[in-house]
Amino acid sequence: MSETTQHSAGVIGRPPGPRARSGGGPSSVGMLQQMIRQREAAVFVIAVASFVAFWLLNSAFVSSTTLSVTFNEQFPPIIIIALGEVLLLICGEIDLSVGFLVGFCPFMAYFLNAYYHFPALLAILAGVLIGAVVGWINGFLTVTVGVPSFITTLGTGFMVWGLTLWTSHAEPVPAPASMASYGGWIGGGNKYSWLIWAIVLSAIFYVLLSRTRWGLHTVAVGGNLLGSREAGIGVARIKYGNFMLTGALGALVGFQTMYFTATIDPNSASYTPMFNAVTAAVIGGTAMLGGSGTIIGAFFGAIVLADLTVGFSIEGVSANLLYVINGAAILIAMVVNVQLTRLRERKGR
Amino acid sequence: MTETVGYSGDVLRIEHVAKRYGAVTALTDINLHLGKGEVLGLIGDNGAGKSTLLKIICGFQQPTSGQIYLDDKPIQFKSVDHARSLGIDAVYQDLALVNQLPVYMNMFLNREKRIGPLLNSRVMRREAKQRLDEMGVRIPSESALVSQLSGGQRQAIAVARSVFSNPKILLLDEPLAAMGVKEGAIILDLVRKLKEQAQVSIIIIAHNYGQVLDVCDRVNLIQDGKISLDKRSEETSAQELTELVVAEYRKALEERQRAAASM
Repeated sequence: MSETTQHSAGVIGRPPGPRARSGGGPSSVGMLQQMIRQREAAVFVIAVASFVAFWLLNSAFVSSTTLSVTFNEQFPPIIIIALGEVLLLICGEIDLSVGFLVGFCPFMAYFLNAYYHFPALLAILAGVLIGAVVGWINGFLTVTVGVPSFITTLGTGFMVWGLTLWTSHAEPVPAPASMASYGGWIGGGNKYSWLIWAIVLSAIFYVLLSRTRWGLHTVAVGGNLLGSREAGIGVARIKYGNFMLTGALGALVGFQTMYFTATIDPNSASYTPMFNAVTAAVIGGTAMLGGSGTIIGAFFGAIVLADLTVGFSIEGVSANLLYVINGAAILIAMVVNVQLTRLRERKGR
Repeated sequence: MTETVGYSGDVLRIEHVAKRYGAVTALTDINLHLGKGEVLGLIGDNGAGKSTLLKIICGFQQPTSGQIYLDDKPIQFKSVDHARSLGIDAVYQDLALVNQLPVYMNMFLNREKRIGPLLNSRVMRREAKQRLDEMGVRIPSESALVSQLSGGQRQAIAVARSVFSNPKILLLDEPLAAMGVKEGAIILDLVRKLKEQAQVSIIIIAHNYGQVLDVCDRVNLIQDGKISLDKRSEETSAQELTELVVAEYRKALEERQRAAASM
């Protein structure tokens, strides 16, 4: 790193420092450092550890019935909404309203089908579109009007919630028979379809985030808003798009929940789906302040949440206490994440 | 004191440009020219009008009066994009790099190479490496995150990126600010390379007169919204430039003292 090397060689900049050398070795220390550097490492370890811990506590945790609850019922709604939240958080926004779309959109589709004679499939598509439109409104208020998305989506969330309760008279209805035949395709209608949707969508969003311009620009917008503008990136387009994607995913989960429970329940419109999704994203390493995050991290984050919910339930922990445990688990995961990030940054310097 | 007004064959020529914000006059009467492949150092104390002039040249602001000529044709920059489309690019202090993205993606930001809908990282990585090697910018890896680079390396990446669009004129706003001597040398070397290889005309705003003289062909000193000195680098020295700036400071100080004494 001496001046002579720089100038005599006619090259500019520093040769690779000790940092670059220390990471790659095949030794176990090197492997550990590699893992620490991987953003998804922490949540992967937590996912495996929690799974093994519950298994050791109670072998019923790995019975086919319980595994089915974990992966066919708990996991899919968390990860599917988390996919949207990951993109939104990366580009510097958040959607608090998406959980309410889970109840709202199926009701809208039900009304269109029952009272306006929309064919079932068209009604469902319209329901997903309504989710995207709510996303567009979130984008408009946030990007164009300039209200922070935390406030915007708090407001739209309450409105959507109220509309759901008002129009449904706060009473559940059975899922319309005319829609029943699509349950296998839309997900939730048979055993594995919801999980398959979750995995396929995760793969698609993984490619979207890490292999396309859309994903790259999402990171750029969250990482350096001004710089992205200077580079000519359509900042508004990226944010609008990610709000709309999240809204559509919320609607999709709504229909899948409808098929899974065979009812349309106004109580499924709540903050919970959003909280779970944001939690999965954040314990998966997505930065709340934008600029970084991964789909794989959110994937394992969703598994952790599903594990915790199911694992403590079969241990006989009451649903009320479960909130305390979930909260503690989130905090522990976050502390581990923050520590690992610090460690990474120190190594990175 | 300004010479060569009306000089022909310049890439950029600025005649009698003034900029006023209400009652405040930022630039009174600027006459400046920039030859092809020339490196011009723009120096002056804080508040002398350097940044305002830079903003006018890159189209961020419009002058109140005066005329700008690009290749001897009168021109009015409507916006930064307009100026950029005419080959004028600026590298600001904030650098506009995305720390969370690797170097090669920053180099290709919004100009990504693709195969169908997918990013072609292989080609971008290769071309970024090639470009950085050509310019002699050395970094640990073109796949390294920008957040892992030093200040000088980041500045070098930002400059290298702006060269991607083949600008005719490159404006560097305080490229040596908050940088050590070694780091600064990285940028100065890069400026020399650009001059030799790409025939880019460059205006550098800087504080460190020694470093400026080292790399610039000519130096303009801006004082009170006017160019008060226009000399070739070999005809002046860091000492002379420093004294000129300090003399101005002394004059202002004396005036203030006199005003205080007469009260």
